[in-house]
Amino acid sequence: MDFATLLQMLDATLRLATPLLLACLAGLYSERAGIFDIGLEGKMLAAAFLSAAIAAVSGSVWLGLMAGIGASMSLSVVHGLASITFRGNQLISGVAINFLAAGLTVVIAQSWFSQGGRTPQLSGGARFNPITLPFAETLQNVPIIGPIYYELISGHTALVYVALLMVPLTWWVLYRTRFGLRLRAVGENPAAVDTAGVSVIYLRFAAVGICGILCGIAGAYLATALQAGFVKDMSAGRGFIALAALIFAKWRPWYALYACLLFGFLQAMSLRPDVIERVLSFQVNGQLLDVLPYILTVVILAGFVGKAIPPRAGGDPYVKER
Amino acid sequence: MDAMPKWADVILIPLISILLAAVLSALVIVAIGESPLAALQLMIEGALGSTYGWGYTLYYATNFIFTGLAVSVAFHARLFNIGGEGQAVLGGLGVALACLYIPWPHWTLALLGASVMAAVFGAAWAAIPAFLQAKRGSHIVITTIMFNFIAAALLNYLLIGALKAPGMEPATPKFPEATQLPSFQDMFSFGEATLFRGAPANVTFFVAIAACVLVWVLIWRTRLGYEIRSFGQSESAAKYAGISPTKIIMVSMLISGALAGMMAINNVQGEAERLVLNAVEGAGFIGIAVALMGRNHPFGVLVAALLFGFLYQGGAELALWTSIPRELIIVIQALVILFTGALDNMVRMPLQRLFLAMRRA
Repeated sequence: MDFATLLQMLDATLRLATPLLLACLAGLYSERAGIFDIGLEGKMLAAAFLSAAIAAVSGSVWLGLMAGIGASMSLSVVHGLASITFRGNQLISGVAINFLAAGLTVVIAQSWFSQGGRTPQLSGGARFNPITLPFAETLQNVPIIGPIYYELISGHTALVYVALLMVPLTWWVLYRTRFGLRLRAVGENPAAVDTAGVSVIYLRFAAVGICGILCGIAGAYLATALQAGFVKDMSAGRGFIALAALIFAKWRPWYALYACLLFGFLQAMSLRPDVIERVLSFQVNGQLLDVLPYILTVVILAGFVGKAIPPRAGGDPYVKER
Repeated sequence: MDAMPKWADVILIPLISILLAAVLSALVIVAIGESPLAALQLMIEGALGSTYGWGYTLYYATNFIFTGLAVSVAFHARLFNIGGEGQAVLGGLGVALACLYIPWPHWTLALLGASVMAAVFGAAWAAIPAFLQAKRGSHIVITTIMFNFIAAALLNYLLIGALKAPGMEPATPKFPEATQLPSFQDMFSFGEATLFRGAPANVTFFVAIAACVLVWVLIWRTRLGYEIRSFGQSESAAKYAGISPTKIIMVSMLISGALAGMMAINNVQGEAERLVLNAVEGAGFIGIAVALMGRNHPFGVLVAALLFGFLYQGGAELALWTSIPRELIIVIQALVILFTGALDNMVRMPLQRLFLAMRRA
């Protein structure tokens, strides 16, 4: 594989890893606070639809982004109500949210745009366009570093950089702030947090809210940056791959970045079967690449490669003693 | 002492939840500029107005009975088997192998053989997540989700490879004549009157009814069922009573997987008569809604499956005659799962308070 192809592959990896990373960090906040969320997929899908719809109508991608976050947040509120306020089953709530999004997006898209459940194609200011970082063009001709900077690091949409910045930010919030300490504590031992006089309900709602914002950005990225418009079921299992990455990363932010880059690389590879064949000199089955994240996660869960231990209070509604 | 009489728990709460889901669904229909009443009328006419409509409704219901029973058996052991979809895919593979490679002399034997293969394949697909849950403590929800995706890819791989029939389509060859199950049209048409013309409902419906009875016997009339229920109620109490958690997790998931797999005799052997891509069409997930709505009781599952069969066939009619897309059914399904499952306490808590107040008065 020559240098240019490698850069292309890594560039695609970064682009495909971005929605995974945002959704994975979203899940990280929620699950670290003890709320399982298998509705990441649905929230992304809802955000993808509404961001594309509003961007198409208003012509402004930023309004689209806000709308996407709003859509995702409203599903988060449903999840919060079901799993925190009414102490329902968090997994069932997640399943319901996934189906709600899968159905509603198509029904509303058909009613608004009559294009078979898709939004109009976005262009210009209705999309996130690539940003060229300073000096990228002047440095382009410097050997090795120039192309890396120009091809790989520069030239992505704003949301890619946002996603990457979220990793250190999440680390800082979780491990260096009072809020983060309490958030982690509420996922391990909510009774202790309650005894210390901190509201479990508030903390969990905050976590679910942050999860909604990040899923919203992830969905908006899908429809307005990675692709130009919404199509039916466009999240295509990414929410579940993000969930897999979260387990793979054992609920830690930096490892989440590595896991998402790995899974993004697998997705990039399955898009370029020609490159794989040239490098490995045999054909790799595309289906195998697609399901490798899931297989790897099952292997991790089986405990063959270290043990993945989820937050201890994950999935349990908190009931105050009376 | 319970806060509520039993009938309120079994009938009133599901009824209110369904009503809430129905009201919200009606609001969605209003929001997209159609009339909910006209839509309901169209659905009733399309799904129940003719033997043809009934034939489709019962066909879908058969699928949902199997997947609903699958989810509810696992629920009794407090396991959430979200992998019915993948298990049904594998069941289809078992049916296809049985029908294609074994020369059956008569459809009755073929039905028996295919059922066994479907159950074995479905159970095998549930066995790995069950084992990981029992021995490694890895969460069964996550592993079964992963196995759904792996099953879809596996089927995809086989249908464009080893099992593919000549031609463009990713599907197996048509099954031999002797394996084809009698449809309702074959069974219930006498002389001049042709009933259920062209509808896919077939003899599998009666297998599904039998499965309901057997699951009822298993859960409420056998020692194993007692063990499964007590494990589901309290794992620690079950352990003290000498019930092995590993055994219960494995057995209940194997039964669950086998039931989900057996759906394939309806859709693969009974309807398509060959194995195609995406043969399950989300029926595995509808099993979740059916089990929740049916309160994990085989009779409840039967009723809920019939309702969802009606919704499915009615939804297809809606998509055909109005501008309401088929996906509306997915919205209704989501609302049913939300209200009967996740938001159960929203209905239950005020009702409990009401009954307590009435008792005091």
